[in-house]
Amino acid sequence: MGNKKKSIIPTIILTVISILWLYPILLILLNSLKVESAITTSGVFSFPTGETWNGIANFVASVTQMDFLKSFWYSLVISVMSVVLILLCCSMSAWYIVRVNGKLSKAFYYLCVFSMVVPFQMVMFTLAKTADTLKLNNPYNICIIYLGFGAGLAVFMFTGFVKGIPLEIEEAALIDGCSPLQVYTQVLIPILKPTIISTAILELMWVWNDYLLPTLVLDIKKYRTIPMAVQYFRGSFGHVQMGPMMASIMIDIIPIIIIYLVCQKYIIEGVVAGAVKG
Amino acid sequence: MVGKTIKKWWPVFILPTFAAFVIGFLWPFIWGIYLSFCKFTTVQDVTFVGFSNYSKILLDKTFSHAFWLTVGFAFLSSILINVCAFAIALALTKGYKGTNAFRTVFFMPNLIGGIVLGYIWQTLLNGLLSMWGQPLLALSAKNGFIGMLLLLMWQQIGYMMIIYVAGLNNVSPDLIEAAKIDGATSSQILFKIKIPMIMPSVTICTFLTLTNGFKMFDQNLSLTGGDPGKQSQLLALNIYDTFYARSGAQWKGIGQAKAVVFFILVVAIALIQLKATSSKEVQQ
Amino acid sequence: MKMKKLTAMGLAALMAATMVPAVPAMAEDASGAVYYLNFKPEQDEAWQNLAAAYTDETGVPVTVVTAASGQYETTLQSEMAKSEAPTLFQVNGPVGLKNWKDYCYDLADSDIYSQLTSESYALKDGDSVAGIAYVIESYGLIVNKTLLEKAGYTLDDIKSFDDLKSVADDIQSKKDDLGIKGAFTSAGMDGSSDWRFKTHLANLPIYYEYVEDGIDDTDEIKGTYLDNYKNVFDLYITDSTCDGAELSAKTADDSRNEFVNSEAVFYQNGSWEYAELAKTFGDDELAMIPIYFGVDDENEGLATGTENYWCVNKNASEEDIQATLDFMNWCVTSETGTKSMAEDMGFTIPFKTAVAPSNVFVKQDQEYTDAGLTPVSWNFTTMPSEEWKNVLGTALTAYAAGTGSWDEVVSAFVDNWAMEKALSE
Repeated sequence: MGNKKKSIIPTIILTVISILWLYPILLILLNSLKVESAITTSGVFSFPTGETWNGIANFVASVTQMDFLKSFWYSLVISVMSVVLILLCCSMSAWYIVRVNGKLSKAFYYLCVFSMVVPFQMVMFTLAKTADTLKLNNPYNICIIYLGFGAGLAVFMFTGFVKGIPLEIEEAALIDGCSPLQVYTQVLIPILKPTIISTAILELMWVWNDYLLPTLVLDIKKYRTIPMAVQYFRGSFGHVQMGPMMASIMIDIIPIIIIYLVCQKYIIEGVVAGAVKG
Repeated sequence: MVGKTIKKWWPVFILPTFAAFVIGFLWPFIWGIYLSFCKFTTVQDVTFVGFSNYSKILLDKTFSHAFWLTVGFAFLSSILINVCAFAIALALTKGYKGTNAFRTVFFMPNLIGGIVLGYIWQTLLNGLLSMWGQPLLALSAKNGFIGMLLLLMWQQIGYMMIIYVAGLNNVSPDLIEAAKIDGATSSQILFKIKIPMIMPSVTICTFLTLTNGFKMFDQNLSLTGGDPGKQSQLLALNIYDTFYARSGAQWKGIGQAKAVVFFILVVAIALIQLKATSSKEVQQ
Repeated sequence: MKMKKLTAMGLAALMAATMVPAVPAMAEDASGAVYYLNFKPEQDEAWQNLAAAYTDETGVPVTVVTAASGQYETTLQSEMAKSEAPTLFQVNGPVGLKNWKDYCYDLADSDIYSQLTSESYALKDGDSVAGIAYVIESYGLIVNKTLLEKAGYTLDDIKSFDDLKSVADDIQSKKDDLGIKGAFTSAGMDGSSDWRFKTHLANLPIYYEYVEDGIDDTDEIKGTYLDNYKNVFDLYITDSTCDGAELSAKTADDSRNEFVNSEAVFYQNGSWEYAELAKTFGDDELAMIPIYFGVDDENEGLATGTENYWCVNKNASEEDIQATLDFMNWCVTSETGTKSMAEDMGFTIPFKTAVAPSNVFVKQDQEYTDAGLTPVSWNFTTMPSEEWKNVLGTALTAYAAGTGSWDEVVSAFVDNWAMEKALSE
């Protein structure tokens, strides 16, 4: 009986904290449903009522006005392509680094580890210039930049895991007449699957939310990602289109939350795996 | 055998990554170090000036302000985040009802990007400050600093909590059971068994929070933008600001030099961290 | 056999490295292209439409990019470093020009320069014409006429600072009866609208000092009219919708919403606000009066000027420069261009072929000028630096909140001016 009493009170406390935790997001949601003049600094806490209720008008406005769907598409293309490319190339490289274990591949490995700690500001100007010269400035090939700058973490995580795979399986496959590519696709990838998922999640979180790199590298004449687009609801005379801005924040968050709720298990495992290795 | 077979396959396995790595990191990095010794506005008009950019950093008051603010911010945020995350992780490993739901909630903010986070908290905090008749975030460096702390805590506690939970779950229940039989109090169990056993998690989390604090940019930009008068500007934003917001031929070189200093600082912390981790591992 | 294998591997590697869908290269027209980096987010849509119209008409591609608010300078800097740099950009006046003069094409021989109604709308760098103003704006006190009449006054009752003060004080004293919160809207002392006080209002003491001394720039401001500045600012914060201490907790949006919701009678702002206010008010409900300063109230008109100058990037290719010049000229001379600038963007443009805008405040400015009042010129383009404005803004905020004294404002105005001017040399 004493045990049961003990287990209720902490649950209540944690529930209260959880509600507080979710409050900032709820606040944005509430305000995204209000008319513009009701979203004042001191009025953000009031509920949308008859007069101030704006339905989904803000969402419509933010989607139509700022080409928000386009931004959404670009964000999606950049994230998916970059992550796929990173996973493919880096897992291959990691396998090569571990198995060949030569001086050069080792040097490359240490360079990758080194790149993980270098702050982006260090390379922002020169990277933007390089990308501009090589025309890697649109959503369809910016993934090469992401592969380059994101290789560190992925190579690091994959090498850590490949080291633990016994050689025998690969040897057996090679003796059976498989080419190295076949060994990679048919033996390595299935074994690496958990690490692939973990890495995918860490890299996806980074690319989707990245702001400064696309701002400096992308050809802004044509492309804007979501984090860039959200900024455009501020006018030059201090006028912020609060309604559409709140709505655009929700449009950014909602897919993240949905993906999170669906793939929660993998995300959390990914974080743990990333942390233990990193 | 495997090594020998795949060695000549390097164009497939390692070249694409390496080529991208050169484009996306190595070349810009080396070039960046070179440019820190130069005066330039675009890459066409580079003149070598030696260490003068570095000596000018010392004269720039905004840099020293941003430097100490960042150091303070990184340490304070690291401590606060770790303490809170550990406390929540402890609570979540006690087997209370709804643990999974709580874990889901606490982790969620971590997935939201820095720019958007900044706007969310700007709305919330300015609302609160306005209600209390206090100066807004952009008008008070103190409020801005606290705002950034709260924001970063909200974002990162969940992440660190997950790592702590994993660490705590690895502590063998037998050990705790044995300690209980020997008459250990729950605080003794906490300090004598649980905390020493999860030291690896503690070092990882300290490292992550410290580097995140040092490198913070997006949240700073969107929450306060460095206002009032650059008083809430952290290092990363200060460098960006020097680079792109100040006009005049000298500033780009100075910005690049600042970036090199910043880079050395972050690497130094990483090395110290690495050393601390490996010495801990020896002990165990 | 081995060769074949190697070739295959090489191909595979190549494919991996270029695993990118082919993107059609931008069709580079021989006749050049225009890339305009626009400063004003409010007019983004109108510019996009106008650019499309121009492309339809002439086939010349025009790209308009608008920088996010407060990030024009950073965007311009990062874009200028790219291979496809903006061909058309803007600076805010002499101070801004200092940073970009090496990029400015001399517009002295351009068609658009010959279209200017007055020489004074060209921004000169020595003998060359570096920039050309493309919009003229006015600011003053925006009045809710309906509320003013409800309080028992008309615009004719306000002809000087003393009139303004007595009317405002009276309105403030009976605000509860009138169902309003105060005579003046609250401030917005954060970055969202502090420029209304540290830049626009601060222009008046500078203007009168320049007039008195017969100069148009100075290294050392005397601050002769700072007492008048104090009087007006005091009026704003005492007859306000909120307590002085709370001013720092309000933003530009709060201040605008107070006016839109008819909670305040006076609102210091400019002609650019018209589009926003017209959503709520009819034209006959709105008026803009000069910010009476107690110096020469009889002759004072609205503060009219510009801080938007077009500059052409001289590092662009010759074809692009020509295309840009043609586009600029088309915007201010063609029927489509002038109409769009007047009606869609609400601009008054300083060119001979301008169409009269529908903007009530702009019309009023014209009426004041026709009635013989002297427009107050925009001298804040000579303010030493952004830093100077920020320090002044901070001092004003502290003064409004009661945590700082007026002496600090004076010091920020006078001493800091000399210091910042010296630094910018």
